[in-house]
Amino acid sequence: MKKNALGAAVVVLLLACAAYAAFFIAPTDAKQGVVYRIIFLHVPSAETGLVSFFICFIANVAYVLKRQPKWDWMGIAAAEVGLAFTTVCLITGPIWAKPIWGIWWTWDARLTSTAVLWLLYVAYLMLRTLIEEPERRALLSALFGIFAFIDVPLVFGSIRWWRTQHPQPVIMGGPGSGLDPTMKAVLFFCWAPMLALMILLMHSRYRLEAMRGDLDVVRREAEAA
Amino acid sequence: MSLLANTGVLLGKELRTEFRSRELLMTTVVFILMVIVLFSFTFDPSSSEARRFGGGLLWLAFLFAASLMLQPCFLREQTNDTLSALRLAVSDPFAILLAKLVANTLFLLVTELLMLPVFAVLYNLAVLPVFGQLLLVFFLGSLGVSIAGTALSAISAQARMRELLLPLLLLPLLTPVLVASTQVTAGLLDVEPFIQWKGIGFLAVFDLVFLTALWLFGEYLLEE
Repeated sequence: MKKNALGAAVVVLLLACAAYAAFFIAPTDAKQGVVYRIIFLHVPSAETGLVSFFICFIANVAYVLKRQPKWDWMGIAAAEVGLAFTTVCLITGPIWAKPIWGIWWTWDARLTSTAVLWLLYVAYLMLRTLIEEPERRALLSALFGIFAFIDVPLVFGSIRWWRTQHPQPVIMGGPGSGLDPTMKAVLFFCWAPMLALMILLMHSRYRLEAMRGDLDVVRREAEAA
Repeated sequence: MSLLANTGVLLGKELRTEFRSRELLMTTVVFILMVIVLFSFTFDPSSSEARRFGGGLLWLAFLFAASLMLQPCFLREQTNDTLSALRLAVSDPFAILLAKLVANTLFLLVTELLMLPVFAVLYNLAVLPVFGQLLLVFFLGSLGVSIAGTALSAISAQARMRELLLPLLLLPLLTPVLVASTQVTAGLLDVEPFIQWKGIGFLAVFDLVFLTALWLFGEYLLEE
């Protein structure tokens, strides 16, 4: 409990520092004004979401091979946290896009693949609610999680090749693109609290799921007795 | 060799079961027909518009139909309690999945080919000159749909609300197939038809990736 509170305190402190850096250290964009500052929330959320889904995939593979419940708990924790971060990304994106592009949404490669990714993991969580037996639920959802993760690069590839109307990404989009060095530094710094938050949330969710698992075992034993 | 021999026998069983009743094929054909007709009310169904939307329309109809058609694939085994018997009968459980996915690909292809002339007549599109290329896209697309669909139907058959669950799991997973096959089909339906080999290659890669995944993880799907 004490460790958790300490972890939460660290995360809050980091988030406060990141917010300060995003509002006061990073220079105002010449063309976009202050609106652009939302990227300090938007981009780290997107990246953290992807990291969570990758952790979910690792946990899924580990569960299928090892069949230890801890990997199942890890899988659900990572999927839920990843979905939360991706949701933040999908909400902050349109908030930025409306004043800058003039539209809330465009069917651009990144937006569309993120939306499909979001749908895939919603389906993963739905599947989990629809299977009663814990071991079966763990195995089948892990298998679906594996298929879903394998699908991600294919979704991205297909949409990028055929559906993109939007110019190259600003960051790492080839020559001529790029951020001001201070902005870049702030952006990287803002990723740290997000990752810390991810670890904190995942840890709590994992513990909750572990407790549920234990409770389930006890309940079954009581019913059998 | 035993994998192929087993698959052959199981495929025979799948085909016999279906062709005795032809329930699945008939219902799917009617469903696709319905979607094709209903779609005509959502836009101006002239030739030029149909060229723009035709590919997408056709593939959406195929995908929705597949997500319904793949339901009974494992459900039938479950209600008749035959899955464990099947597992005992073959040395490699992958043969069960392989037989089912080949059968599903065949069923899908048959319905698609039955519906293609109807679609061409209703929307005034020339499909005969590009029939060979269309067949290739239909085959690769349906194969992809069947590989992913067979795996997911094994999953959804073991859950509650399975009728709703399968489309929910399958459709987002098939986004790459939808995008690529729509693009290639649209190219083939153009006034000056052309084939996008990039799309064909992409579909082949999708099929290969998911077939490998199914081969690696398929046996766990059939665990009891």
